[in-house]
Amino acid sequence: MKKLRMLSLPYISWVCMFTVVPLLIVIFFAITTPSGKFTILNISNVGRYFSVIVKSILLASIATFISLIIAYPFSYIISRIGGRTGKIAMMIVMLPMWMNFLLRTYAWMTILEKNGLLNKLLVYLNFSPVNIINTKIAVVIGMIYNYLPFMVLPLVSVMKKIEPSVIEAAQDLGSSGFSIFTKIIIPLTMPGVVSGVTMVFVPAVSTFIISRMLGGGGNLLIGDLIDMQFLGNSYNPHLGAAISLVLMVLILLCMSVMNQFECEDMEGKLV
Amino acid sequence: MKNNVILRLFDICAEFDDELILNKINLRIYDKSFVTLLGPSGCGKTTTLRIIGGFEKPTSGKLFFNSLDITDLPPYKRKVNTVFQKYALFPHLNVFENIAFGLKIRKFSKKEIERNVAAMLELVNLKGFEKRGIERLSGGQQQRVAIARALVNRPKVLLLDEPLGALDLKLRKEMQTELKNIQQQLEITFVYVTHDQEEALTMSDVVVVMNNGQIQQIGSPIDIYNEPQNAFVADFIGESNIINGIMYKDYMVGFLGHDFICVDKGFACNEEVDVVIRPEDVKLLEAGNGRLEGVVESIIFKGVHYEMKVDSAGYSWTVHSTLPKNVGSLVGIDIDPNDIHIMKKMEI
Ligand SMILES: Nc1ncnc2c1ncn2[C@@H]1O[C@H](COP(=O)(O)OP(=O)(O)OP(=O)(O)O)[C@@H](O)[C@H]1O
Ligand SMILES: [Mg+2]
Repeated sequence: MKKLRMLSLPYISWVCMFTVVPLLIVIFFAITTPSGKFTILNISNVGRYFSVIVKSILLASIATFISLIIAYPFSYIISRIGGRTGKIAMMIVMLPMWMNFLLRTYAWMTILEKNGLLNKLLVYLNFSPVNIINTKIAVVIGMIYNYLPFMVLPLVSVMKKIEPSVIEAAQDLGSSGFSIFTKIIIPLTMPGVVSGVTMVFVPAVSTFIISRMLGGGGNLLIGDLIDMQFLGNSYNPHLGAAISLVLMVLILLCMSVMNQFECEDMEGKLV
Repeated sequence: MKNNVILRLFDICAEFDDELILNKINLRIYDKSFVTLLGPSGCGKTTTLRIIGGFEKPTSGKLFFNSLDITDLPPYKRKVNTVFQKYALFPHLNVFENIAFGLKIRKFSKKEIERNVAAMLELVNLKGFEKRGIERLSGGQQQRVAIARALVNRPKVLLLDEPLGALDLKLRKEMQTELKNIQQQLEITFVYVTHDQEEALTMSDVVVVMNNGQIQQIGSPIDIYNEPQNAFVADFIGESNIINGIMYKDYMVGFLGHDFICVDKGFACNEEVDVVIRPEDVKLLEAGNGRLEGVVESIIFKGVHYEMKVDSAGYSWTVHSTLPKNVGSLVGIDIDPNDIHIMKKMEI
């Protein structure tokens, strides 16, 4: 036990240096004025950006939900294939992750542009072109494309753990198709759903590159707001820190709600 | 006294990757009987059971349930329930919910479910465990949940795949008796898979001995033990001494350089045969007596009897006796004509 504690020392100091200390600095900035006096003005000023916060949460939620809908059946198929084919399918899912994030998002710009690939294709097929770039839809598409693998990974890993014999047992007891899905597969994959949703929602709600590149100027998200306070023309690190803090609290709230789902599930298991 | 045939396997064959796993299995299972599939690991017991349960399709052959062809019926439509080799309990449900699963699917009322599950918990001695999570149960308790979960549906036939495999000897014995009682009490047909010959002999009405995907013998435990049809069965059911012999004529066999009178007949003149002799049927005498002579090589105490290895003219006999002999001592060996079992050589 003592040895274990010794071994964990480097990690603990790492966490202190690069997580706890920066966090304290953020909190400090959030509650002080440029001259170093205590204030809650920064935090109360965040309220002005209420609509941006709501929009961020809304877009991230939509993207997360659609990712889940796409990833769930896909992950199930991958998890049941197994062997070589399964590995290759998994590779294909992960492949875009090897490319630079900016590059991937640029690629979507060229696809969705007014004279981009999508519209060229639509015109070629005699459909009228659509206006997607610089809209909320483009932002959501970008979020889904970039974060989908984070949904697939945890789902595949929980689904792989479902023993085929458990499904056979359900069949043996009279379940078929749909009831196996609702009574066995969904409850058993809940932990994967929770971590997948968290892993997609958290980066999506705080993104600024996607919204800037695909959303044009009109779709500012919280991430953009924070970015502007540090690097943009409205330089105000104190407000930036306050917004970050609020965002962090919001994410923690969302996560604890999600974990509540998982806990309830666990309770059914343990009590 | 014979009931009707509830399950009939007709020329069932199964293949995996072009390899023949089951070779023409023909078997009639009578209603309310306790039938055991017995055989070494990999001989196809689980595959046979999975075909009956509907989880595997035979490559050829037919399966009849009450003389209805059910070969193509999916598992959820069969009046058969399974206790799986590794239990396969639902990890997200507690004991009560696991057992209630089948009844809920079949839309029983809440009251009925509660009554039936309570009766099952009583039967398998798990009262008070309703709310327990599966992973907080011991192996034996999980086992009993698996049995209760299957039994609560009142299947006509219950399939059990080595259900006691994971238990220690004492619990195993207890559960054997318990299972047998349950089977008789509820009058359900049991098809039971095991590779433990003692378990098969003590529990079953009918034992089906399998090897390499083929049925070697079907019979009552007493038949199987006393009248094995070939050397494989003889060896698998209890240890046996299997010696190459020559059948000179009816009632006369020669092995280890001596002629012995026996009770078997009907072999070709000078046919090569397997001579099978049970360890407890080998008589050890004072040196100089008996037709064979040997040297005691080793002796182990086995609880009720001693197990000795006795070397005689290059053959090492396995002998069970309550009277120990000293290692290295010279002994006489003889066998009663009744205890010499002659079997056709197996064609492989
Ligand atoms: N899904 C499968 N794919 C390929 N081969 C299989 C499959 N299932 C079983 N086999 C093969 O079929 C043979 C019989 O298997 P089976 O599981 O029926 O044996 P068993 O008698 O139940 O053995 P045990 O006592 O070890 O459980 C084995 O040689 C096994 O390798
Ligand atoms: Mg098996």
